[in-house]
Amino acid sequence: MVISRQLKEKGMRSFFFLIAFASVAILLAITIFLFREGIPIFNLVSVKDFLFGIYWYPTAEPPDFGIFPLIIASVSVTLLSACISIPLGVMTAIYLAEIAGPRTRELAKPIVELLAALPSVVIGFFGMVVVAPILQNTFNIPVGLNLFNASLMLAFMSIPTICSISEDAIYSVPNALREASLALGATHLETILRVVIPAAISGICTAVILGMSRAIGETMVVLMVAGGAAMMPSSIFDPVRPMPGSIAAEMAEAPFRGNHYYALFATGMVLFIFTLVFNLIADHMSHKYRQVGDATL
Amino acid sequence: MNSSRVETMNHFPAVEAEEERAMIKNSQPRLTDSLIRRRRFFQKVLFQLFRSAAGINGIVLLVVVFYLVYNGWSAITWTFLTQAPTQMMTKGGIFPCIVGTFLLGVGALTVAFPIGVASAIYINEYAHPGKVLRIIRLGISNLAGVPSVVFGLFGLAFFVIYLKMGVSLLAGALTLGAMSLPVIIGSSEEALKAVPNTYREASLALGATKWQTIWKVVLPSAFPGILTGGILGLSRAAGETAPIMFTAAVFFTPRLPQSVFDEVMALPYHIYVLATAGTEIEATRHLQYGTALVLIFLVLGLNLLAIIWRARLRKKMR
Repeated sequence: MVISRQLKEKGMRSFFFLIAFASVAILLAITIFLFREGIPIFNLVSVKDFLFGIYWYPTAEPPDFGIFPLIIASVSVTLLSACISIPLGVMTAIYLAEIAGPRTRELAKPIVELLAALPSVVIGFFGMVVVAPILQNTFNIPVGLNLFNASLMLAFMSIPTICSISEDAIYSVPNALREASLALGATHLETILRVVIPAAISGICTAVILGMSRAIGETMVVLMVAGGAAMMPSSIFDPVRPMPGSIAAEMAEAPFRGNHYYALFATGMVLFIFTLVFNLIADHMSHKYRQVGDATL
Repeated sequence: MNSSRVETMNHFPAVEAEEERAMIKNSQPRLTDSLIRRRRFFQKVLFQLFRSAAGINGIVLLVVVFYLVYNGWSAITWTFLTQAPTQMMTKGGIFPCIVGTFLLGVGALTVAFPIGVASAIYINEYAHPGKVLRIIRLGISNLAGVPSVVFGLFGLAFFVIYLKMGVSLLAGALTLGAMSLPVIIGSSEEALKAVPNTYREASLALGATKWQTIWKVVLPSAFPGILTGGILGLSRAAGETAPIMFTAAVFFTPRLPQSVFDEVMALPYHIYVLATAGTEIEATRHLQYGTALVLIFLVLGLNLLAIIWRARLRKKMR
């Protein structure tokens, strides 16, 4: 009786252990299948030409598979959106964690969560039908679907990520630090800027990196509002074609297991590696630079 | 702990003011006076800035939602919700899309919910801190960061081609399930963590095994919290477009799906195609607004449900 109970316990334990590895297994499977379908393109073009070639004409004859313009588009859209989302997200987090009263906080946190839940296709739709014409008229530009519009929409997709993670980090800074600072005669603002934020900085950085990782991988928004021209942008009002948008737009028409198909999978590989690196940095930071207090990131 | 913290926070300005008043009395009044005024002013300006940053977020959400409600309201009729599209997609309704999104969401949840909850049980109840746990956590956090279009590519390469499921409801649901797994694990873990340790200890002290404790004590008290995780996972799966673009969704099918190997229509994909690739983008504008509104209602409604439910649970726990 006791033996069978112990056996059952062991069985349950190993069962749960196996299932807990599902996430790792899926991640591995994603890696394997991306590489399996993406690697064959490198029989045709070298890795260097693929990454740094500046012409992306996958359907021309002969085709050009250089994804440099797509990478530049992804990076510039992400950086520009970060210029908007980092200040807004972090300032909102500071407000919610340090300044707002409990009532405002209770009301505002769900709003941030709802903002995170807005489906990306709806944000993209909004950018197309509302923001694009406004941009076109205010700045007097030929197309409203461009780098700037995409960055704007992406910023509002990454703000919730940045805001809620940095809010957690700021909120979990121990109160003793604040009290000590105030006791020394610092104002509330000085306490926030010189004590609380430095104490929470690793959490805030993690938040920023995860937010940017979300922005660079976001698909529907860039597919719908970035304009779709696979060229090097020369101004922020130029249409661009970031990597996710390119994959989503062209996969349907790429012949199965043709070069175009392989090239799109290889683009997916590059995108996957980008976000993986972002996430590993974020993970490393939140573990290595454990913040003061009992933050759980 | 929460409320006491807030009280101390509210005391700060008062304490500050008192200190400052004392300082002014004791030492050179003029110099300190101007210094304090400057510091006060600076604080006021920056706090206002922080407050307006928070305000902008709320305003954006309101503007997007109200704009869509304002424009989409007139499109939503009984026919719109219960009929299939007619006349080359320019008239009729979105019933097949609603059905498709519902089936995809439920399918994804059927796969991801048991796996997610079981993973959370292992992490929170069985695992000891160490390398193994670290690897599992790394896997989950990286899975959460995989771009949705990469999930689409994975679904295409693995489910559609390698496992020969074809573009189908099943392939889409599995892809969406893989994507919503981290959300479900995260919320389930939080729910399990909230179960007081005394419950576990009491059960073990009565001679129950670890599994009996989990099944009869921990899970029942964590269940409502776990369910909110399920709702959030469902809303994430319902709103995503890129993972189903190559795995499940088609622009139009003449009939509702009869088996799991049929292609489906879905709300997010419908919006995307109507807004970008249709031949009559302007003519179908009201249909696009209507579809977007239905999707928003669905996704935000599910989220609101989860948020309210969780808030109630937290109050009860206290």
